[in-house]
Amino acid sequence: MTDQALKRTPLYEAHAALGAKFVPFAGYDMPVQYRDGVLTEHRWTREHAGLFDVSHMGPAVLTLDAPTGDADADHAAVAAAIEPLIPGDIAGLKRGQQRYTLLLNVDGGILDDLMIARPLEDERQGSLFIVVNAGTKDADFAVIGAATHDQATLHPLADHALIALQGPEAVAVLSALVPEAADLTFMQTAALHLDGDELTVTRSGYTGEDGFEILVGEAAASLLWARLLADERVRAIGLGARDSLRLEAGLPLYGHDLAETISPVEAGLNFALSKRRRLAADFPGAARVLRELDGDLSRVRVGLKVTGAPAREGAEIADASGAIVGRVTSGGFSPTLSAPIALGFVPPALSAVGTPLNVIVRGRSQPAEVAGLPFVPHRYARKT
Amino acid sequence: MRFTKDHEWVELDGDVATVGITAYAAEQLGDVVFVELPDVGKALKPGDSMAVVESVKAASDVYAPIAGEVVAANADLPGTPEMVNQDPEKSAWIVKIKVADSAQIDALMDRPAYETYLDTL
Repeated sequence: MTDQALKRTPLYEAHAALGAKFVPFAGYDMPVQYRDGVLTEHRWTREHAGLFDVSHMGPAVLTLDAPTGDADADHAAVAAAIEPLIPGDIAGLKRGQQRYTLLLNVDGGILDDLMIARPLEDERQGSLFIVVNAGTKDADFAVIGAATHDQATLHPLADHALIALQGPEAVAVLSALVPEAADLTFMQTAALHLDGDELTVTRSGYTGEDGFEILVGEAAASLLWARLLADERVRAIGLGARDSLRLEAGLPLYGHDLAETISPVEAGLNFALSKRRRLAADFPGAARVLRELDGDLSRVRVGLKVTGAPAREGAEIADASGAIVGRVTSGGFSPTLSAPIALGFVPPALSAVGTPLNVIVRGRSQPAEVAGLPFVPHRYARKT
Repeated sequence: MRFTKDHEWVELDGDVATVGITAYAAEQLGDVVFVELPDVGKALKPGDSMAVVESVKAASDVYAPIAGEVVAANADLPGTPEMVNQDPEKSAWIVKIKVADSAQIDALMDRPAYETYLDTL
């Protein structure tokens, strides 16, 4: 792909002014790192607050075509429109609550992982706020649009920026500008305002840290970015550190740890299979998924602590006898642990924490041990 | 000092060439977190992968610029890989090679030629 074909987010100029190094990612020209470099950016986010442009992702709103004005009935109706595609309980979302869920194919394979939120506000009942992955957004929107068009309309929010503010100081930084942000707990959302601009703020992210994702109109994006960055606790963080942070947090990355051939149970995402949906067995691929939940499972995602060179995506995993038993799906170096870590798939019998395995890097076998996930503890602001 | 298009540098002293990666290569790579060195005694021909330098995100091969035998590898690098970013063209040398044919070094770029080459990238 030539540079000409790459799309730019509304914050491209801001990244360039900060000395970003750009790489093509999911069709966008994105900052992989700034002048600080990946290690410093990673550590800054764990200690202070990191600011990420994630506008390449796919935010959208699914809106009921004929709302009745009865908030709960309208929510139930829009939830019923999307639930046939996913295994999550959307009907049961409280106002202002977000859920991590999965778009599944008929075989129970994962088409994408995504966030779905029920808005807090009265006037928005009967709509859902959705964020899908960058690389899959066109396909996802086609699937969701086709499945829901009888009752609802999907509006991709292309003219917006999506900004993530992550780290232990994120809440202090954002609430200095928008005090109500501090009232949200993990996986809650609200429409907040800053000088007349509306921000859809969600207390979530993909670094394992407390923090926020903020949807803002294109016109207001650069000013919001600059105001957040003006706080000395905040530095801009590129996609390089975003990846090492999510890997330490044990969070799977679509297209690597998750794919159309991988089921939610294999991926270790049983928490995304809501109880009501399991009992009803009314989601795509339910037969396979429920069979796997009963123990009929050939592989499962694990964390690995590696000794020696980092084991990257594609590296083979061997058991103690040297037999190849699986493959690394993402791996690299953990700045927090100062050691290589990886995610990969192995048979369930080899998935217990502490199981000694090997990874094959450049033809050589290196020791690896199954590690509990996350590698670095999550620090979400859960409701107490 | 001579340079390759793969961004290795070579400095000849007698019949032993010291080889490392250039400041440009180190900058492009970003923070180096792991260095894999060859065994002393390994025979190299030009273009062989002789070492691996890894950043958080990716692994990059370091290629032998010339033929010869590895007579030393920089034992400081595995413990302090960040040296590759801090001092790539001096203390973070990677290997010393007993040169088979010094004409192979003369054929590499000198610094002005390498800088002209960098301008084309």
